Amino acid sequence: MKTPVAATLAGLAVALLALGGTAVATDGQKCESPGYLLFGNNELKHVAEAVKKDRRLTIAVVGTGSSILAGPDGPRSAYPARLEAALKQRLPSVAVKVVTLVRTRMSAEDLARGMAKLLVDEKPDLVIWQTGTLDAIRRIEPEDFRAALDEGVETLHKGGADVILMNMQYSPRTDIMVALGPYADNMRVVAQQHEIPLFDRLAIMRHWSDTGAFDLYAAGKDNVLAQLVHDCIGRAIASMIIDAAHLEPVESKAGQ
Amino acid sequence: MHAPVVTTGRDLRLDLFRGIALWLIFLDHIPSNLVAWGTIRNYGFSDATEIFVFVSGYTAAFVYGKEMRERGFIIAGAHILRRAWQIYVAHVFLFAIYLAEISYVATSFENPLYAEEMNILDFLKQPDVTIVQALLLKFKPSNMDILPLYIILLLLFPPILWLLQFRSSLALGASVLLYVLTWHFNWNMPSYPSGHWYFNPFAWQLLFVFGAWCALGGAQRLSTVLQSPVTLSVAAAYLLFAFVISLTWYLPGMSQYVPHWLEEVIYPIDKVNLDVLRFAHFLALAVLTVRFVPRDWPFLKSWWAWPPIVCGQHSLEIFCLGVFLSFAAHFAMVEVSGAVWMQFLVSGLGIVAMIAVACLITWYKRAEGRSPGSRSRKTPDADLAGGEA
Repeated sequence: MKTPVAATLAGLAVALLALGGTAVATDGQKCESPGYLLFGNNELKHVAEAVKKDRRLTIAVVGTGSSILAGPDGPRSAYPARLEAALKQRLPSVAVKVVTLVRTRMSAEDLARGMAKLLVDEKPDLVIWQTGTLDAIRRIEPEDFRAALDEGVETLHKGGADVILMNMQYSPRTDIMVALGPYADNMRVVAQQHEIPLFDRLAIMRHWSDTGAFDLYAAGKDNVLAQLVHDCIGRAIASMIIDAAHLEPVESKAGQ
Repeated sequence: MHAPVVTTGRDLRLDLFRGIALWLIFLDHIPSNLVAWGTIRNYGFSDATEIFVFVSGYTAAFVYGKEMRERGFIIAGAHILRRAWQIYVAHVFLFAIYLAEISYVATSFENPLYAEEMNILDFLKQPDVTIVQALLLKFKPSNMDILPLYIILLLLFPPILWLLQFRSSLALGASVLLYVLTWHFNWNMPSYPSGHWYFNPFAWQLLFVFGAWCALGGAQRLSTVLQSPVTLSVAAAYLLFAFVISLTWYLPGMSQYVPHWLEEVIYPIDKVNLDVLRFAHFLALAVLTVRFVPRDWPFLKSWWAWPPIVCGQHSLEIFCLGVFLSFAAHFAMVEVSGAVWMQFLVSGLGIVAMIAVACLITWYKRAEGRSPGSRSRKTPDADLAGGEA
């Protein structure tokens, strides 16, 4: 097995190099998202156009339970609101609006069906589509899952919106109970084929857990951890959007 | 037509690679384990499952093929079915442990960040349905998919083995045909609560039957092809290709170098139905292995090779232990710490435990064999064939 061993070593070396490579400080927080996870080559052309021409940006977050937080602070501290705050801060001359369309216990197929209506109602420049968790829990056929993703992304593209796919949360306590792999793989493939960015929440949160930024094993009703994580996710998506649409942000003081 | 001549004696390479496969499956089954970065699934298309299924087919044919020739179809068939029963019992035992672990971990867990993930536990609300579906092998928690596959493969094995003995090419051809038809008509077995088997038995049987075919003389027939430099370079090139593709999964920046038409062709790489790319990747690994790891390699007899070999020789027990240990490792990570040092610790301890138990089983078997009045050893001695079937 000489070759596989060599391949293994080489792969490990590359992976380590990448891990040690650029990390993007997402402001104030101790959470850093590695650039190799955040930045790809797929561009957000509509976003770039909307910002350049009209100085406005409408983003719709479509997703399920993990895009919201419960409690009175929930709406303010969930990542869509944090994303809006981060973008407003970094793009002060742009009118940024983030709307959240969350429906709990919905599969990708359920969400895909609502995309046409969403385009009419909100006229978003960008749709962040968070999905996969429920499909994995219900063990929906991965092929059907992929078909639903394809359909949803195509609908959005035809309607003139950019798309970012967002995959599942990294949840170390429950990850022995559900096989996320096939669903995460399919999301990556669909993102590659449609040339859209994938916000790899799974890998990014895993990175935060491995580097000790957050203890995601923690149990407790406390909302603090959830709010911090959502804040970091919001900031990370803001960085991804700014990079993929080639926008020129004003760096905040906190980020210096 | 004569039954093909079968090489006798013990091929330690089978034990070695099955043992290594068992370790890798264990490491891959510990969720959130950094050590699993070192396992082969991250560097190509196939993973340890392919090795395990192939070697299992190989040893099953070796052990029961010999018995079928010596004692007839009925006796050998009965032994194969008894083996399937043992595996079923092992699977149900593991399921009980699994339920115990996740029920505990889940009820002690309340985190608003993971409100959505808590839906995973819905199945606990209906134990009447869930447990019956588990006994029917329709409800299979993640990581508990391989044994049900193994059970189905063994249940169907007696007639296949019979055919392999007398018309081996026909048997292999039938297996390939079933694989092709499965892809064409999307055959699979239903699962609960929805979907299908994660390891589609109608597709994965190809690897098992191919292993059996190799054991019954196929490997010798292939030897000229296997030794040819052309095969070797094609295999090496393919492994390199798979490695480069696998890099793009972890480094999104690299995916721009993969042309679109190629993505269209290769994705998705379907594990459920044993994608041709995965099968080919396993074959390429096997070609290089056979070329560079000779049967009489002195290393196989050294102390270094002994730990994986002894694990590979008791594959069912060590596989089950590995699944159990992966639950235990997850439990320890949840209750103590999920830090990186802990991941290395539980991975290392798990492998040590697997080796220790394998030694213990070897000792038991030896003691049983020597003691007077022990049960007859006329049933096939699976150890002789480089592991149990």
